[in-house]
Amino acid sequence: MENVLGFISPGILSQILVGLSRTVILFIVSSGLSLILGVLRIPNVAHGSLYMIGAFMAYTVSHLFGGGTTGFWVALILAPLGVAALSFVAERSLFQFLYEREHLMLLLLTFALSLVFGDLVKLIWGAEYRSVPVPSMFQGYINLFGGLPFPIYSFFLLVMGPVIAILLWLLTNKTKIGKISRAAAVDREMVGAVGINVNWVFAIVFVIGCLLAGLGGVLVAPTVSVTLGMDHTLIMEAFLIVIMGGLGNVWGALLGALIFGLTQSLGILIWPQFGIVFPYCAVVVVLIFRPTGILRSTW
Amino acid sequence: MLDVGGINTYYGLSHILFDVSLNVKAGEVVGLLGRNGAGKSTTMKSIMGIVPPKRGTISLKGKDITGQKPFLSFRQGIGYVPDDRRVFADLSVDDNLEIVHQRGRDWDKDRVYAIFPALKEIRSRRAGHLSGGEQQMLTIGRALMGSPELLLLDEPTEGLAPLIVRDLEQQIMKLKDAGISILLSEQNVRSALRMITRAYVIDNGRIRFEGTVAELEANDEVKRKYLMI
Ligand SMILES: Nc1ncnc2c1ncn2[C@@H]1O[C@H](COP(=O)(O)OP(=O)(O)OP(=O)(O)O)[C@@H](O)[C@H]1O
Ligand SMILES: [Mg+2]
Repeated sequence: MENVLGFISPGILSQILVGLSRTVILFIVSSGLSLILGVLRIPNVAHGSLYMIGAFMAYTVSHLFGGGTTGFWVALILAPLGVAALSFVAERSLFQFLYEREHLMLLLLTFALSLVFGDLVKLIWGAEYRSVPVPSMFQGYINLFGGLPFPIYSFFLLVMGPVIAILLWLLTNKTKIGKISRAAAVDREMVGAVGINVNWVFAIVFVIGCLLAGLGGVLVAPTVSVTLGMDHTLIMEAFLIVIMGGLGNVWGALLGALIFGLTQSLGILIWPQFGIVFPYCAVVVVLIFRPTGILRSTW
Repeated sequence: MLDVGGINTYYGLSHILFDVSLNVKAGEVVGLLGRNGAGKSTTMKSIMGIVPPKRGTISLKGKDITGQKPFLSFRQGIGYVPDDRRVFADLSVDDNLEIVHQRGRDWDKDRVYAIFPALKEIRSRRAGHLSGGEQQMLTIGRALMGSPELLLLDEPTEGLAPLIVRDLEQQIMKLKDAGISILLSEQNVRSALRMITRAYVIDNGRIRFEGTVAELEANDEVKRKYLMI
């Protein structure tokens, strides 16, 4: 602790940045959850399972393609698409018939699906730990700010965060489907009354949201051991982030993920044994002051 | 153009419309008059398919459209302007018009802005920030974007200042001149009579009178009992 006065030590800075790179994963997954929550009004409990399936698919695809850098890039494209395809099938065969029923039905359906997906993973990939190697081009460290060693993969994640945020912004604000989905989030009946088939809008938004879950799974895969049950903590965290940010608000998910990720990494620094508690405290504090979330909820 | 034959519509268990029949011929502006809670909006919603009737038939240009999903009704040429406006508040004026399904080339944004020049000046403003009159123009413009052959206008003048009502009436007459058939619901009978050629009077979910404007003007009993004028 040589820099106590006024300077943040490189170790702490590095810890914060690694924490931020985890925030990117949280953001990507929760923005998908929030998108679905906002437009379709479905609290998708199976979202975490799709994240897990994304990670397992990344394992399979990257090993099929040699396990190296190529394998990783192919997995980065194919695994989210695989998750998207799976969610598309689920939406067309199940969800679409329940949109006009009470929300409880949809909630129960997503819960059932999370169980089914969990078993599916067990059947296909088994219960062992799997690992996805960090691609060789992302192995090792770079020096940030002249001398701070920082894992290249974490740096890659830090870049991905803003890229995804910008893509999401473009999608919701500049594309027709984005504008339609913002209108449908507030008044789906009227969107139908101007000639738009809301059913298909829902399908597209659902698939995009699930694709984000899959993408989060792929990106996290090289940093953790891919295993059954990796969805449990994540889905809880994602829901907390979405609640903290404002239900259905994608930018709220960004803020929520930042708060969650940063308090987590700082908490571990300040009080290692209890570090895990800090983000939950942050959620409580935020909700005391802003019970409906930081940003405007679409609910 | 539009033929409604004996429709009965319910909200859950409550029976709202009782054998409502009416028709609109090509190029006509027909009034659906009645006081609060008479069933005007419910009739409009039944035609659009938002609240499908349990019994009875609705046909458009000879084609049966009973119980059809609203987006299909729109695609077959029915424009719907709800009484509570319902602009897409989060979107700009431009975007409100742009996201509409365009089924023909007759109407586009430029033509809508030509009818409602005031909208053009605020085209990038959030629709939720518009005044009542501006929102009303926007909902009509939005319906026009689908190049409708029939327009369902549900109390377009409700809550607007008299001067703005006059403007709106002129704009609605322009739509008639453009060949669009209109079913216009109103409580504001005086305003409606300036635009319509024929009227139905509805009360308690039943059609109580049907006839030309002259016949309605002459029928003091109907006016007193159902329209309070
Ligand atoms: N969603 C609903 N659920 C149950 N009853 C409804 C609903 N909407 C309207 N009603 C009832 O249906 C009847 C007809 O309502 P409707 O809105 O069609 O009348 P209206 O003629 O449009 O009246 P207003 O001039 O006030 O708009 C009323 O008695 C009303 O209380
Ligand atoms: Mg009404």
